[in-house]
Amino acid sequence: MSENKLQTLAVLVENEAGVLSQISRLFSRKGYNIESLAVGTTHDPTISRITIEVNADDDRAELLCNQLRKMIPVYSVKLLSHNNSIRRELVLIKVKAEDTIVRNEVLQIAGVFRASVIDVSVDTLTIAVIGEEEKVNAIFDLLKQHGILEMVRTGVIAIERGARMITEETKEKDEFDFGKSVI
Amino acid sequence: MKKTGAEILIECLNEQGVDTIFGYPGGTILNVYDALYKNEGKIQHVLTSHEQGAAHAADGYARSTGKVGVCFATSGPGATNLISGIATAYMDSSPVVFISCNVAENLIGKDSFQEVDTTGITSPITKCNFLISDVNKLADTVREAFAIARSGRPGPVLIDMLKNVTAEKAEYKFLPVEKHAQSGKLADLLKRASHDLKAPEVDQSDIDKLVDMIKDSERPFIICGGGVVRSRADKEFKTFAEKVDGPVAITVMGAGGIPGRHPLATGMIGMHGTQASNIAADQCDLLISVGCRFSDRVALNPASFAKNAKIVHIDIDRSEINKNVETDHHIIGDAKKVLQLVNKGLRKQSHQEWKDHVFTYPIETVYDEDDSKLTPKQVLSTIAKLAPQDTIVSTDVGQHQMWAIQHFHFDYPGQLLTSGGFGTMGFGLGAAIGAKVSHPDKTVVHITGDGSFRMNCNELATEEHYKLPIITVIFDNKTLGMVRQWQTLIYDKRYAETDLHRGPDFVKLAEAYGLKGKRVTNVKELKAVLKQALKGDVGYVIDCVIDTDEMVRPMVSGGSHITNFLAI
Ligand SMILES: Cc1ncc(C[n+]2csc(CCOP(=O)(O)OP(=O)(O)O)c2C)c(N)n1
Repeated sequence: MSENKLQTLAVLVENEAGVLSQISRLFSRKGYNIESLAVGTTHDPTISRITIEVNADDDRAELLCNQLRKMIPVYSVKLLSHNNSIRRELVLIKVKAEDTIVRNEVLQIAGVFRASVIDVSVDTLTIAVIGEEEKVNAIFDLLKQHGILEMVRTGVIAIERGARMITEETKEKDEFDFGKSVI
Repeated sequence: MKKTGAEILIECLNEQGVDTIFGYPGGTILNVYDALYKNEGKIQHVLTSHEQGAAHAADGYARSTGKVGVCFATSGPGATNLISGIATAYMDSSPVVFISCNVAENLIGKDSFQEVDTTGITSPITKCNFLISDVNKLADTVREAFAIARSGRPGPVLIDMLKNVTAEKAEYKFLPVEKHAQSGKLADLLKRASHDLKAPEVDQSDIDKLVDMIKDSERPFIICGGGVVRSRADKEFKTFAEKVDGPVAITVMGAGGIPGRHPLATGMIGMHGTQASNIAADQCDLLISVGCRFSDRVALNPASFAKNAKIVHIDIDRSEINKNVETDHHIIGDAKKVLQLVNKGLRKQSHQEWKDHVFTYPIETVYDEDDSKLTPKQVLSTIAKLAPQDTIVSTDVGQHQMWAIQHFHFDYPGQLLTSGGFGTMGFGLGAAIGAKVSHPDKTVVHITGDGSFRMNCNELATEEHYKLPIITVIFDNKTLGMVRQWQTLIYDKRYAETDLHRGPDFVKLAEAYGLKGKRVTNVKELKAVLKQALKGDVGYVIDCVIDTDEMVRPMVSGGSHITNFLAI
């Protein structure tokens, strides 16, 4: 068995009530904690795309994908490797910034990470940063010393590099469609 | 024409040609029952004693006919009483459409009387489920539900309707089943699978590869799984096995996929597999599984299973591939279609020496038998001898279930109705009712244990009311035999809570329900009662007294290597 690592699953599903809960329940049923989850509609409003991150070894991740592929409301599933995909997350961080020195420092950090200040109050600054986990973690570590009041992340979204697509017709996809055939 | 939701539902069942519904009414489903009443008996409704019985009956109907079973229940406890039945159907890929109602929209989410999240609870045990809150979507969803239940890898589908939907009106137009795939959600589903209204095709190169592997094999071995039974591929399977000319084992679900006494049949494989089957699996150089998912009861230890063989997995469900056992080749498709294609490309092989070797090992367990007492095998052989050859047998779960599969020798798909995957005690009587309703001319025998029978014997009332002369045969060992067997072999004879020296008197119980009951202690008595029971005038409960310490043999304990027999 290979070692556990953070696996990224991209899942196209029917945009219908109850589908998201069915998907997330599958993970809890198999004993996996979802580390990150992002959902939204695609260019086709009847289809949603879910990006899920879980800690699993490669074999288990493949099994999870197969269990997802088997579900009727699921169109396609792809395991995205860190090398072959572009990954982004949006994080909003509210920091305590009561005196000018701290304020300036926070603004400086934001500048270095190309984060934007999206809200200012007398005592706080709210910063938005977009990036991969490494970048988000780095800015988080630096801001921590000034006292983070609140933080919210969208969860990672990911897309494959180059011309390859999640909807690709493969032999494997055909094989899964067999079990879900309706004639 | 505008119709109420309840009427549309009944019309949709008529479209599907549904002839029987098993169910139980209640507050939220009243409109549906009213519509059924007004439908003037075009569809027969069987009122069971308990929703679990209805669920098993619909499942038994589906397994024995190959058609989709239908089951109704009301909200709350009605729906939750279905759960064991739905899970049983799910684990054994049985096509049943369950229809429940829920409280009206204005009461949802308020912990209203008999409100429960039915779709939430059943999501892990259905192939798909639907909550209907818009009457305009009802007809389309019912059509989709039936198509999903019956095609691909079959399975249960649940539709939960809000009570207000059953009263609200929508436009309904009759649509024959052949046209369903061209309209609504089904058309969308098909398009996205790029099937464009034709059934998917098996990949010919996968077939060719299997044919080559068979030609190269000296010691081929075949497993007949539930997929053969579900797809009614018994003829194709028999031809295939004869062409391969290798020994064939059945799984619990595969019983009936090949005639039980076929010269290539080695009996069951796995935990209670025969020596011939288990040893063949261990020594073969090519193992071909048709519609079997290598469950822990079959493969036992996945790492050492068929370690000398190339494993080929034929299945309709791609997610089964490499799930339990690593395979060398797989073919995805309906068993019937795949086997037709393989048979076309395969010339008859011959493996006399290998067969001779495998058949030196026993294909059936031998017991000490005399006329003074009844052994499990005697009970089964006596039934098999006296009952018509096409008798349908349902079982409950435990030793009697394994004995039935070992000694009855099933000949065709749908002849054995048993809960293989979920192991649901209490399945048998409901399933027998479903089978007898759909096969009034066939003899239906329900094989049970004294523990299992106690669970759902309330359905004797259903059996009596609808005049379904089922023959219940209790293997009365005064214990939860299968659990006791584990306690004997693995727990040093510490018999915790498995003793069943307690009531009721099953003979009197049968009589109380208006049926005939008889206790027997030897073959002669059994024969006499069976002859009466087989006349089929009235339901019978035959209480066969057997030894408490009788065991199912052979046995390999869970997770061990397949030839590591704990008892032979
Ligand atoms: C609903 C349910 N509860 C518990 C079990 C666990 N179990 C498996 S076999 C068995 C004993 C069955 O006893 P009986 O019906 O008398 O059959 P026997 O083994 O004696 O033939 C039990 C309790 C089960 N399979 N199903």
